[in-house]
Amino acid sequence: MWIEGWFDHIFGQKWNPTYCLGALGYYYFWIVSISGIYVYIFFDTGIPAAFLSVEYLTNEQWWLGGIMRSLHRYASDAMVAMMVLHIIREFAFDRYRGGRWFSWITGIPMIWLIIIAGMTGYWLVWDVLAQYVGESTTELLDWIPIFGEPIARNFLAPSHIDGRFFTLMTFTHIFVPLFLLFVMWIHLQRVAHSRINPPRGLAIGTFIMLMVLSLVVPATSQGVADLSVAPSPVALDWFYLWVFPLADIFGPGMVWGGLFIGSFLLLITPWLPPAKKVTPAIVDLGNCNGCTRCAVDCPFNAIAMVKRSDGAAFEHEAVVDPDVCVACGICVGSCPTATPFRRAGDLVPGIDLPDLSLATMREKVDTATAKLEGPARLMVFGCDKALKVDKFRGKDIATISMPCAGMLPPSFIDYVLSKKMTDGVVVTGCRRGECHYRLGQIWLEERLDGNRDPRLRKRVPRDRILRSWASATDGRSFEKNITKFKGDIELLGPYGNENPTEKDEAGQ
Amino acid sequence: MKQIMQYIAQGVVYVGFAWFLASFAAGPDYARIPEGQSLIKFSFAHSAKSKGGCRKLSQDELMELAPNMRKPEVCSRERLPVSVKLSMDGKVLYEDDLQPTGLHSDGPSKTYQRIVIPSGNHTITAYLKDTVREEGFDYISEKQINFLPGQSLAIDFTRSGDGFIFE
Ligand code: HEM
Ligand code: SF4
Ligand code: SF4
Repeated sequence: MWIEGWFDHIFGQKWNPTYCLGALGYYYFWIVSISGIYVYIFFDTGIPAAFLSVEYLTNEQWWLGGIMRSLHRYASDAMVAMMVLHIIREFAFDRYRGGRWFSWITGIPMIWLIIIAGMTGYWLVWDVLAQYVGESTTELLDWIPIFGEPIARNFLAPSHIDGRFFTLMTFTHIFVPLFLLFVMWIHLQRVAHSRINPPRGLAIGTFIMLMVLSLVVPATSQGVADLSVAPSPVALDWFYLWVFPLADIFGPGMVWGGLFIGSFLLLITPWLPPAKKVTPAIVDLGNCNGCTRCAVDCPFNAIAMVKRSDGAAFEHEAVVDPDVCVACGICVGSCPTATPFRRAGDLVPGIDLPDLSLATMREKVDTATAKLEGPARLMVFGCDKALKVDKFRGKDIATISMPCAGMLPPSFIDYVLSKKMTDGVVVTGCRRGECHYRLGQIWLEERLDGNRDPRLRKRVPRDRILRSWASATDGRSFEKNITKFKGDIELLGPYGNENPTEKDEAGQ
Repeated sequence: MKQIMQYIAQGVVYVGFAWFLASFAAGPDYARIPEGQSLIKFSFAHSAKSKGGCRKLSQDELMELAPNMRKPEVCSRERLPVSVKLSMDGKVLYEDDLQPTGLHSDGPSKTYQRIVIPSGNHTITAYLKDTVREEGFDYISEKQINFLPGQSLAIDFTRSGDGFIFE
């Protein structure tokens, strides 16, 4: 987490690469695809035509073909690096369990596909490294008793190599990435509003980095393959080819076993142990007007809008898929009926979280603010996944923590200020881009800025609202911000509300 | 000023990442075979003779078969194991009785061996037995070879040719 804080300083929160590792993966994938298509135009299938065509690109056409080849290689390597960081990050921040098992599970075949694509790619160059890869791959495959004749025999001696085998590899190298792209698409089926493009500054910086790297250390071949000479030593691409040395040390059986057990463990990780059972959001049809906002804002595509079933005059109603819902409450924050101003009857919005219903929330806010005293009374709205706000409670500070800051309906801010329950409001939650539920923080900011429904009303004085995003490790800077904010509020004096609340309520 | 510092720091991160990529994209070297050593790949797929041997059919038996099925011999499906041995300067490098493959043990016996040896002048002898004989081998080949460091010698076997092939 402190690493991300660092990167925040260096890149600014907008460009921070750690917030969009998956998107960077996509970006690298596009670079690999485009450079791959270019290289393929000049590529000859055959022995030793393949080697010669790649040599031509690297030497004679270094100014474009060579660069394309280098981009192809380095972007592929970077993709593996990104993937590993991406897995570590999703795991470390507990974003792999519960409703997220789907993204996690579909990620695992991607690991295999990427590595296979890389291995077959090195095979195509038909240099000494290719010979090594070919030999080692076939020896590894021969351990599985499916081939009539050991396929490693293809690499026995110069007379053994079979051109058709080579064509098969070319085909594999094109087909596997295509399939990978398909799985990458499936990977995001449960990630609403997913980010697959890195921010512009980061994309440009990354591209410059790859270009410079390609010019300074161009990708080269290691001499044409010669089956009468053992391919040793070879300069390995350790991002892709680490399996082979392992097979030398531990034997092919152990390596296959390790790979399958490893994949299996990764597969069941989301249930080891499973996420705490959450009570999914529930829709109250009587209050739902079918506006679709919750369905649009849910970060996990857990809400579907279906045909109205209760005969009300609306076209649609919201339906929550309880297996996908992670109970973040973001839908509550987006529902226009979720406003604490409503006094008529019980406070039941169109969609609500049983674990922290809107009614409970209002009750908690009411009691907490009632005890406040001082010239700058603050209400802090916090989030369970970020800095724990409860420890900042005091005689002039009331706090409430929600599953996600995105759960906060903006009307709550209006409510505590216009009812003069407090003099200022602090909203906090995970840092920008770090939101545990991905979008809660973004939606809330857009609502406060008036760019997203439901908007914070214009009449609410913005200088009485402090947004201070803080992860669990940012306690000190948060405290500093609050102290400064208190001073500002004191200067502003008590909140003088021109618009009588009653008139507003009538307008609701 | 802060912005400039930011760009510089970003540059440092990019250079660091590029350096990381370059360091592992082509290297460090990996030597599968230690320096000063050579490699023998000993591999073949070969079907031994039938276990029960073959029997000539009598004229009467032949006439009973459909015309397109008439073969002068019937052989039992199950094959014998192939016994092999490979030695260098009289020292055994590899020795095995390779069982036939296939559900009915009617497939070829297969092997694929990588043997790392010190480079230099060696006499390599390959032996193979694929019949019922009790002693000795059906095929023996011997060759004097000066192995250069890193050289890879393939020893294959085909029945159609002249037994062992050194390539
Ligand atoms: C290079 C391959 C991969 C690419 C390009 C990729 C890309 C992405 C992208 C773009 C997202 C959406 C991020 C967002 O918008 O917030 C994502 C989410 C996710 N990825 Fe990957 N991914 C890859 C591999 C993997 C692997 C191997 C795993 C795990 C084994 C994995 C696990 C996840 C999980 C759990 C999420 C869900 C995050 C959430 O719901 O908040 N990914 N991935
Ligand atoms: S609580 Fe609402 S927004 Fe969050 S996952 Fe469930 S349905 Fe989606
Ligand atoms: S946001 Fe509220 S009113 Fe709109 S569809 Fe969802 S539950 Fe219904």
